[in-house]
Amino acid sequence: MGRYVTRRLLIAIPTLLVISFIMYAILAISPIDPLSQFGNDPRVPPAARENIRIALGLDQPWPIRYVKWLLAALRGDFGVSFMSHSSVSTLIWQRLPNTLAVVGVAYIVGIVVALPIGLISAVRRNTLTDHAVSTLAYVGFSVPTFFTGLILIIIFSVKLHWLPFLYDSNLKVTDLSSLLSQFRQSIMPIVVLGLFDAAVLTRYVRAEMLEHLPMDYVRTARAKGLAERAVVIRHALRNSLIPVVTLIALGVPTVFGGAIVTEQIFHVPGIGELLVRSIGDGDTPVVAAIVLIFAALVVLFNLLADVLYAVLDPRIKYT
Amino acid sequence: MATTTSQVRIGVATQEYKRPPRSLWADAWFTFTRDKLAMAGLAMLALLVLATLIGPFFYERPVGVIDFEKALLGPSLEHPFGTDDLGRDLLGRSLWGGRVSIAVGIIAVLIAISLGTAIGAVAGYFRKADNPLMRVTDIFLSLPILPLLLVIIFLFREEVARRFGPDVGIFIMIVAVIGVLNWMPVARLVRASFLSLKNKEFVEAARAVGSTDRRIIFSHILPNVLSPVLVAATIGVGGAILTESTLSFLGLGFPPDVPTWGRLLYDAQNFIDIAPHWAIFPGLCIFLIVLSINYIGDGLRDALDPRRKI
Repeated sequence: MGRYVTRRLLIAIPTLLVISFIMYAILAISPIDPLSQFGNDPRVPPAARENIRIALGLDQPWPIRYVKWLLAALRGDFGVSFMSHSSVSTLIWQRLPNTLAVVGVAYIVGIVVALPIGLISAVRRNTLTDHAVSTLAYVGFSVPTFFTGLILIIIFSVKLHWLPFLYDSNLKVTDLSSLLSQFRQSIMPIVVLGLFDAAVLTRYVRAEMLEHLPMDYVRTARAKGLAERAVVIRHALRNSLIPVVTLIALGVPTVFGGAIVTEQIFHVPGIGELLVRSIGDGDTPVVAAIVLIFAALVVLFNLLADVLYAVLDPRIKYT
Repeated sequence: MATTTSQVRIGVATQEYKRPPRSLWADAWFTFTRDKLAMAGLAMLALLVLATLIGPFFYERPVGVIDFEKALLGPSLEHPFGTDDLGRDLLGRSLWGGRVSIAVGIIAVLIAISLGTAIGAVAGYFRKADNPLMRVTDIFLSLPILPLLLVIIFLFREEVARRFGPDVGIFIMIVAVIGVLNWMPVARLVRASFLSLKNKEFVEAARAVGSTDRRIIFSHILPNVLSPVLVAATIGVGGAILTESTLSFLGLGFPPDVPTWGRLLYDAQNFIDIAPHWAIFPGLCIFLIVLSINYIGDGLRDALDPRRKI
């Protein structure tokens, strides 16, 4: 087991290195000049522009820049944003809480909704409940989040005036009324993302339960006279959850990717919104840092999923 | 399987039951037509595709004509989907845009499927190629797809637009990038099938009579891999349409004069308070096409899976 984890770690590190290299290369060989914002400014003389270029280290060949950037990034230093001139890590730390508050809560909501619904749907297979759940889950993951988001805005902000349009990041939760407005402004993004996650997970839970319910050990549990509730929850569900837990871990990076869209709809100032804005501004250091974080999330949660699977399922022997 | 059932039945049936045995594909089609949801999906998809293909010929409203007197009108008989801020008819624009969205979905998937099948086949068949190719696949699977798509399209779109023209260039680019970032699941699927099939008796028999590797791959193993690939391709088209809509919705897709469904939503979001119809109709189009493709994909999976037959 320990050896398996070590080996998986040793694969994860070079993977991350290769990905960061590919990403840096794409940014470096692109035809867009990171200094183009100065280029349009006639007040900046060519000599000064060259000085800025040297000061930013852009005169060096990009493989050398990559090594320097990587070494600094390992110490948590992602450089300075071209646009706001503050350090990239500060920018990201400012925005991370907003993203986590929306994405994290939404994923937890999705899991909490999906587990019981998927379970009930599987236990009452081919009943009206099951058909309704399956149809809703199907609809849920076929409808793009940007469309659900706009529909919710039309209904609850435009028509009913119940909820605010935009997310106010300056809101500080100090008393009951500010807590309430924080709740009111987060509920739509959380519902949009949460329902999408719930739709995906419900299908997994249902499929896994259906796989396990007809198995011999479930029949044995029934035969020895256990209550149906105990059979389903303590026996079938526990085994079905092994792949579901790994899928939940594998889904985390996708969920962060989905946040890019949701943050854009509701103007939540999180890292997804920062990424889209920085791409538009040509702010290379910020883009590089955020894409690296996303890549690290993918690699990290892939690793976590594999390890979780090995820990949870003692039938599988890893060497 | 089809042959055995019909033979058994002929044994007990009277003269009139003499239909010829069905082929594998006819058999799959037979199962598929029994799946109500899949057939509903197929009907819906056919409707949408036909509407976008021949609709613009019958619905003769000029798509690009600007008329500020008619800006932001709700749905009416004259303009069933309403109009946008420049007074352009939204049904007409949705029909045109749908062509682009659907074409992007299909071509991107063709690229992903071809790449994935080629890589998976080589990795599964030639033992030496397996490890390096699968390492590459793993690395691609670890790429953060959406952020990377955004970055690549932003960085290279001007260059590509200059070289191939703004519309065609962006189309080629979006299709290529979506295709190149989505071949990995297909490669794994094809590799797994190749690994299990290449030691089967029929492949050994083919090798024993002196078939070349090329012939074994293309005429013996590949046809057996076709059905899971077809299912993956069907569902992939829905995914690619969604990806294109997402890119356009983030403002990094097609230019404003190519009204794909995602682009229409992007333009609509600033007018959502005064013209909700603008967002609803294109959004419904995306939703309906993805839903129907998913139902078709599921129906195909059931129809093509021999284990599910009675």
